[in-house]
Amino acid sequence: MRTVHYHSREHYRDKVFPGPFYSRQKALNVNREWSRWYDYLSVPAYSCSTTEYFAGRNACAVFDLTPMTKHRIGGPDALPFLNRLVTRDVARIKPGRVGYAVWCNDEGQVIDDGTIFHLREGDYRLCSQEHQIDWLMINALGFDVTIVEDTHDVAGLAVQGPTSCAVLKRMGLAGVENITPFGIDFFDFEGTELTVSRTGYTGDLGYELWIDPGHAEILWDRVFEAGELHNIRPMGSDALEMLRIEAGFILAAEDFMPAMQTVRPSHTRSPFELGLGWLVDFNKPLFNGRKALLTEKENGSRYALVKLDIEDNKPANHSYVFDMKEKNIGWVTSAMWSPSAKKNIALATVEAPHGKVGEEMQVEIYYQRELKWSRIMARAKVVKDAFWDPPRRRQTPPADY
Amino acid sequence: MKKHDAIVIGAGHNGITNAAFLAKAGLDVLLVEKNDYIGGATVSRNLHEDWIYSNCSYVCSLLRPEIYRTLDLAKYGLQVVPYGGTVTISQNGDYLGSYIDHDVSRREMARHSHRDADADVRYWRDIMRQCRFIRQFLLRTAPDPASFKPRDLLELLHIGRKFWGLGENVIYDTMRFYTMSISDFLDEYFENPLIKAAHAGSGIIGSALGVMSPGTAYVLLHHAMGDVDGTVGSWGFARGGMGAISKAMHDCYIDHGGQTLAGSGVDQIVVKNGKVTGVALENGDEHHADIVVSNMTLPRTFLECMDPADLRPEFLDKCRNFKIRGSSGKLNIALDGVPKFTALRDNQELMYTDMHLIDSIERLERAYDDWKDGTWSRDPYIDMLIPTLTDPTMAPPGKHFMSVFVQYVPPKVKGKDWTDADRDAFGQTVMNQIEAYAPGFKDLVVHAEVRTPRELENEVGLTEGNIFQGELTMDQLLFNRPIPGYAQYRGPVKGLWMCGSSNHPGGGVMAAPGANAAREILMSLRKPSNVPEGWLDD
Ligand SMILES: Cc1cc2nc3c(=O)[nH]c(=O)nc-3n(C[C@H](O)[C@H](O)[C@H](O)COP(=O)(O)OP(=O)(O)OC[C@H]3O[C@@H](n4cnc5c(N)ncnc54)[C@H](O)[C@@H]3O)c2cc1C
Repeated sequence: MRTVHYHSREHYRDKVFPGPFYSRQKALNVNREWSRWYDYLSVPAYSCSTTEYFAGRNACAVFDLTPMTKHRIGGPDALPFLNRLVTRDVARIKPGRVGYAVWCNDEGQVIDDGTIFHLREGDYRLCSQEHQIDWLMINALGFDVTIVEDTHDVAGLAVQGPTSCAVLKRMGLAGVENITPFGIDFFDFEGTELTVSRTGYTGDLGYELWIDPGHAEILWDRVFEAGELHNIRPMGSDALEMLRIEAGFILAAEDFMPAMQTVRPSHTRSPFELGLGWLVDFNKPLFNGRKALLTEKENGSRYALVKLDIEDNKPANHSYVFDMKEKNIGWVTSAMWSPSAKKNIALATVEAPHGKVGEEMQVEIYYQRELKWSRIMARAKVVKDAFWDPPRRRQTPPADY
Repeated sequence: MKKHDAIVIGAGHNGITNAAFLAKAGLDVLLVEKNDYIGGATVSRNLHEDWIYSNCSYVCSLLRPEIYRTLDLAKYGLQVVPYGGTVTISQNGDYLGSYIDHDVSRREMARHSHRDADADVRYWRDIMRQCRFIRQFLLRTAPDPASFKPRDLLELLHIGRKFWGLGENVIYDTMRFYTMSISDFLDEYFENPLIKAAHAGSGIIGSALGVMSPGTAYVLLHHAMGDVDGTVGSWGFARGGMGAISKAMHDCYIDHGGQTLAGSGVDQIVVKNGKVTGVALENGDEHHADIVVSNMTLPRTFLECMDPADLRPEFLDKCRNFKIRGSSGKLNIALDGVPKFTALRDNQELMYTDMHLIDSIERLERAYDDWKDGTWSRDPYIDMLIPTLTDPTMAPPGKHFMSVFVQYVPPKVKGKDWTDADRDAFGQTVMNQIEAYAPGFKDLVVHAEVRTPRELENEVGLTEGNIFQGELTMDQLLFNRPIPGYAQYRGPVKGLWMCGSSNHPGGGVMAAPGANAAREILMSLRKPSNVPEGWLDD
């Protein structure tokens, strides 16, 4: 059921709304704690974030991603519009495929990152962290495109982890195992269309399910019925945060400041500075930020976003990063002890020319033991690959666990 | 004959601030105020039974926190309580609320325009960029660009560095921002008329310009650059009314040995041999000091309280040409209960906020057309609050004080002086306007103080009734305020200083002109400065 009504004058009576899966979440959320994700109630942890995290790495974890900002983009000019909007070549995202993308302003600074779903020929869904309709409409001038934000009209459920494919198969989604990573397929489900993409924010085998909100509850029920034999669990945002850091995925407003809300102009980042240079395709003659990014490519970037493997066992949250001569060169944006990699990991921003793979650095960690604060300087090394990247993430069809 | 170290003319909040810093630095200071109460436009008065009004200014945000701290105003009883949000009520029975809660505000805007709700992020980013730029110059003396004194050159360099530090694109934006109309500026972000109108109001408050007049974008910034507890752009109530601010400042001043004479104004600033020697009061008394600081407006100081023979004609001419046109009026109303605005239904939360009656840029511009035509706006823009829903000290329980600020009201009616009949008719226009949105409102009115530019000039000394002691346009800001060559608080006669809002950084209950002037005076006396300077990043 669609629960957020922009046009109701009475909306102010509630600061936040139950999402389409609310009744099911409420029953399972034994912590009785809720957080807010834009207009919706979200669950930080249903009962224990560690258990929920391990469900995602060991079996199957289910996360409600309805609040994610979603747009439907169509019309004759949808492709040229998207191609000018984002830095990568959207023509290479064929129907039935999903592509990760970033988009920049004229200065080549990242406004947001997100995913482009090429649902059917010329029919796209753009998912983003931030609200984008203002920027999309500015970009639409002169293009024959239709753009609607349909966040509240589409319920999203992430089903992630090694047994996720088995769960969906048991649910009766015939052929779901044939979807390749970043692939999309459609299924008849209880009289409506269920869209399944092999995507996620966990760096593991996983799927995202998209359906009209009226069918949200029954979808949840079917997923959990089928999942019973596959150790399924609901997962809150705390566990998801752990999974995404291990996967090395960045988060807007946490690992970088979206340009549209950055008051201090030098505090924004370019795709190169976020390690997303592979998403910039200069073969395209024109796209937002192209000129500035070309200059940056020639003259060098100001920063690098790095993955750090840190000695010691204390998470380096909010830490400063130093070079080996004790010069402050940056700061940590996300950090955790990785239970799966058994490493102390972090994502950090460092000033150029630092940040080369293999470079040694130091991280200043403040930690507390029985209220007493202490500080250590821990050695750290820049690593290239994600901290967690199992082969099953790519395997098609996935193994039947 | 006793001689003071300094005489400050006018116990407006800037005069008091100035006097307090001088007294704190050990000077023997005499503060002279023409009214028998202090505060100027930062005042709370009891005019009817148990009601206290904020007679002029009514909300606080610009007051520099550094001054609040240094003068220890908290110790002297000042409390500023933030209120959240605004509401703009339209004639068609709908409204646009803005709430402390970001998501609720976004949804509320989206109710009127989905796109504008998003654009608001971009809008505030750009406003905050300009705020960050201007905020650092508030507690600083503006450099004189025509001077070759090392200090001015260094200050210019400082501005230059900050300016270039903004980055290429922000520099373009800044240049445009200072010269644009608020209407054109808003068009670059929003499409919905109500949303534009809601944002436009603060571009014209206190200004004799229309929403379509160039320069009004800056006026908006002037209202957004303050903060309450570090939340830039946020506003609050001074507990007990705005007079609580001047009272706390004054208690601090007295605590540091200051003396105040209230009840007889300065008739003349006395000059002998090209130097000030003191002041002559209306009651015939004379007081002496080598330093005289004027908190009065620029024209009042030089055109009314000095002998023209003591001043250069060119200087006097510039004082005459200083833009200080009145444009606002105010009603302070004692109410028997809380009025009910039809559009708000039972949205109680928005009653605590700053309420505006307007729904389009065009209506705002037409309100200005009336001003140009020499009358008060027939369909006025109204900015009103009910502080007593938050502050329990200003009216008996269940009774309320409503502050109603009105734009536009001309300094003269069709070229003639205001009469009492004009004033009453203006008051009726405003009452009728509110009644149209809140039927039954008039029945709740127990008492009302109606203030036109005439009252503001006669009572507070604000020339032509201009609330900021001078228009806030580029030609009268920074090193051009009040007039080029005199932006450093030093008057044209030895020993004469200026500390009112006519000076940089301008009007509003900011206390910055008073503090900046004190810093300059102490520097001229080669005394260590006790006045905060600069700005803490926020
Ligand atoms: C109706 C109205 C609403 C306002 N609303 C707000 C608001 O909500 N928020 C905000 O921040 N600002 C507001 N302002 C602006 C703000 O109040 C003023 O800019 C500020 O208070 C001016 O302070 P000042 O000390 O510079 O001068 P003033 O307050 O003008 O003080 C000058 C003093 O000098 C005295 N004086 C004049 N002539 C003589 C004389 N010959 N001898 C001795 N004394 C003399 C006067 O009586 C007065 O006390 C408003 C102003 C008005 C008029």
